[in-house]
Amino acid sequence: MMLLDLIVLLFGGGILAWISGRMDARFPRWVSLIVLLVGLLYLITHWVGADPDLADRALSGIPSGSGVWQFALVADWMPLFGVKFFLAADGLSLALLVLTFGLGIVAVFSAWSEITDRSGFFYFNLLWTLAGVAGIFSALDLLLFFFFWEVMLIPMYFLISLWGHEKREYAALKFFIFTQVSGLLMLLSIIALAFFHYQQTGVITFDYFSLRNTPLPEGVGIWVMLGFFVAFTVKLPSVPFHTWLPDAHTQAPTAGSVLLAGLLLKTGAYGLMRFILPLFPSQAAQFAPIAMLLGVISILYAAKLAFAQLDFKRLIAYTSISHMGFILLGIFSANALAMQGAVIQMLAHGISSSALFAIAGSLQHRLHTRQFSRMGGLAKTMPNTAAMGVFFSIAALGMPGFGNFVGEALVLFGSFQVNPLLTMLATVGMILSPIYALKIIQKVFHANAEAEPIGDALGEQARAEDFRFHERLSMGLMVVAILWLGVHPQPVIRLVEPSISALLVPAPVQVSGLAQQDEWSIGR
Amino acid sequence: MNFGFPHFMALLPVISLTVASVVVMLCTAFFRRHGLIAALTLLGLGITLACLHQQSGIAAIEVTPLMQFDRLSVFFSAWILVAAMVVTLLSWHYFRTREGLSEELYVLLLTATLGAVVMVSSIHFASFFLGLEILSVSLFALVAYPVTSLTRKDRSAASPIEAGIKYLILAGIASAMLAMGMAFLYAATGELSFSGIQTMLQTDAVHESRNLYAMGGIVMILAGVAFKLALVPFHMWTPDVYHGAPAPVTAFLATVSKFAMLVLILRAFLFARGDHPEAVIAVVTGVAAVSMLVGNLLALQQNNVKRMLAYSSISHSGYVLVAFLAGMVASTANAIKAEGIEVEAIAFYIVSYLLTSLTAFGVVSVLSSGRERVSYSRESGGNVDAETRDTDGLQDYESLFWKRPVMASVFAIALLSSAGIPLTIGFMGKFYIFAAGVTSALWWLLLVLIASSGIGLFYYLRLVLVMFRLPEGGHDGHGEEVMAPAQTTAAALVREIPVGARWLMVLLGGVILWLGVYPGPLMAEIRDILVAMRVAG
Repeated sequence: MMLLDLIVLLFGGGILAWISGRMDARFPRWVSLIVLLVGLLYLITHWVGADPDLADRALSGIPSGSGVWQFALVADWMPLFGVKFFLAADGLSLALLVLTFGLGIVAVFSAWSEITDRSGFFYFNLLWTLAGVAGIFSALDLLLFFFFWEVMLIPMYFLISLWGHEKREYAALKFFIFTQVSGLLMLLSIIALAFFHYQQTGVITFDYFSLRNTPLPEGVGIWVMLGFFVAFTVKLPSVPFHTWLPDAHTQAPTAGSVLLAGLLLKTGAYGLMRFILPLFPSQAAQFAPIAMLLGVISILYAAKLAFAQLDFKRLIAYTSISHMGFILLGIFSANALAMQGAVIQMLAHGISSSALFAIAGSLQHRLHTRQFSRMGGLAKTMPNTAAMGVFFSIAALGMPGFGNFVGEALVLFGSFQVNPLLTMLATVGMILSPIYALKIIQKVFHANAEAEPIGDALGEQARAEDFRFHERLSMGLMVVAILWLGVHPQPVIRLVEPSISALLVPAPVQVSGLAQQDEWSIGR
Repeated sequence: MNFGFPHFMALLPVISLTVASVVVMLCTAFFRRHGLIAALTLLGLGITLACLHQQSGIAAIEVTPLMQFDRLSVFFSAWILVAAMVVTLLSWHYFRTREGLSEELYVLLLTATLGAVVMVSSIHFASFFLGLEILSVSLFALVAYPVTSLTRKDRSAASPIEAGIKYLILAGIASAMLAMGMAFLYAATGELSFSGIQTMLQTDAVHESRNLYAMGGIVMILAGVAFKLALVPFHMWTPDVYHGAPAPVTAFLATVSKFAMLVLILRAFLFARGDHPEAVIAVVTGVAAVSMLVGNLLALQQNNVKRMLAYSSISHSGYVLVAFLAGMVASTANAIKAEGIEVEAIAFYIVSYLLTSLTAFGVVSVLSSGRERVSYSRESGGNVDAETRDTDGLQDYESLFWKRPVMASVFAIALLSSAGIPLTIGFMGKFYIFAAGVTSALWWLLLVLIASSGIGLFYYLRLVLVMFRLPEGGHDGHGEEVMAPAQTTAAALVREIPVGARWLMVLLGGVILWLGVYPGPLMAEIRDILVAMRVAG
């Protein structure tokens, strides 16, 4: 029940925040903060207290040998199509759920003083996006997964299009259309997969574990997999499908950027990990070189583009694409080392990019610009901000001691066993990232302030105050988290290890194909 | 011919509708009171619904060779009556404050509903044609309401009269085509009942692909049907008529009229056995693909909400056709009657379409009703007659959410349902269509469907965004109680909305969401009905 409670808490909290906004514009942020804190505590206390074998396997139909699953909840939803309301979490899901709530708190803090207009509806959308993300990380019925996948789009769309910056409507629409169209391709693939499963077994189901054993017809399988692949790499994003991301990230309000970079991109990575490899092992192996190549292209191309940006948030957006390339590379290496690296990278990048977006957002809120040319010398007036900026830029470039380094190094170790050439190319990315990271540090905080000081341009430098208490608090949390991931990642690796090995081994075969059936007919 | 008590009972809804229209007409002649007439109409529809309810579990019964009353007809007639009741309420609200004699509208509404119910139960081309004509002839006059607008000075706004005449001429041609097609089929087979024609067509002598008469007849009937469903290339009338007709009538036109035709071809489809000629499949595939694309592409250009929804309804007809095609392909491949997921997909989709468009046009109608609260700005609007203009310009919806959160939310739900976003019934409909398409391996058509849905998103979202856009000057405000200053709404029509209309819309929006989240019972009901049909047929 715990997972359902969490999702209901977020949905309900969203409505509560909206209602409270009618009374006072300051209530919604408190409501959201409390909801997220309660959720986080609830998650952690239940998790710590739970017996890993709590899941009633007979009831939930989770076959043994498919990882350690907890908190399973199964109910019929659309019995005619065998669609179930099926939630459960393993180590990977739990790690990402903690990230969801943690970054939710960061997002609330970064919107704290920025959003004053219609704050009720803002926090409503924020919490509903989080609810969709939490659902994605815990749904084990493919159709339910698709539901949550789509549910988070609308509130995110509103966050960008209503509270974003100058080109918000264009960016929001682009984001929505990219994700929705690729989502429909995934829906087509989901239905095709269920249909082929039905043809072979006579059972209509969208259950994740049952569909793992579906042998697909020659030639069709790769297309079915591509439907999923496109949906996930649009969200990730990887190079041919990345163009929505710089626009969306740049135009979104700070909290929206935090959610996008920290969580929405991770849903793509999670999908690749959870669905592509286990559902289509042979097709994925066949496709792996291309996917890895796309990952490497993303790493290098986006890093180069990042360096060329003049806009702070746009630069971070491109670095996100670059770092997500490592995840794609790691997942399609399909070995435990690289997968662990990809998970660490997901968590670390979630934290570091959220922090950078929060910094960029707070600067924009104070200086009303994102252009590097109008910043510079801020280290003097805003020492705390500058320190955090340097800290997270270095974290993002993959300095040892930070989580990002662990993630990228593990990915490269793992992928070297599979494809040395591409790995060597990807390593170049670790040289390119210091270049843009140093650009941030230099241009924003240290450049010659006399050249075109922001104070002269806007007359606001004197008033550009440093981080406030709540901002320091959220930054502090992220500093601790990312250092912990960098110095002592073992607990996280141990947590996700069973999940990863379950994803990599072929599914335990339960039932062989029954009588061949011709039609998906009625009246069964 | 035997005609006993059970037949009479089965015919009761049709009789009740007929009586209701006569009573309403007589009443109009003596007491010209708008409220009374509307209430009587509602009562008539309600009694009919009760008659339907009482026979909800019946076995199929043929009343004369023309009509068959079974669970299918009861189920879909009930939806038609519900839609008609909603339209009656909308009309009452809409015409209450407008000039002119609007009581006759309800007579026409009742006869149109009667035509739709007849169509839904017909198993014979004669009753098909009869029902269609009762429906169409009533609609000619309905579209042209209110007659007072003959005197309007403004030529730019679409006139109901113009729309009515356009519809009259084009629908007349379509009916003529249909009649001619029936004649050809009759010449080829000597039969006019669906099952008879089907049996004859299966015999080698008059196999449809070898018989010019039969082929010509089928093509002409397809053309006539395509006109009613506004499929490309027979879609030209749709935007003009939808735009010109008064908003509640548009709601009726988009829902009941189209719905009845869809149910009718669904029923004819259930009789269709065996293989469909390749040429027909190819033509229908082309029409489906082009309808989806053209409807959505043309909708992109529209700045008028009614026109936009009209184009969107064209694309929705294309979507339904995908399910029909899936059934045709499946039954051709397996030489069996079309049944299974495809037919369920059609049935579910048309219900979802009915609900969604009824809600969307309902909101437009409610917003167009009543007296305006903020006077119409002379400078910006010019000489448009604010009293009669519908609230259908894109600018009327600017920041609607912050002025009328309820109406805007319901409208947004309806639009998202049209776009097929989860949590709405529209998504479940699309899911069904995907399932049907996958079963028959219509991969290319499904890709066209995905592409056109992507295009469709653009204009649905644009309208949603317009409604949710933060009002100008509100950016430095401090909360929700800051309402838009009056001058920003000067160009838009803002009218008072009574509580009842608001609740009606909330109810419709709630049903869309409820069936989107928990569609199980509706799915089971539709499957039950179709299984019963199969057993009977």
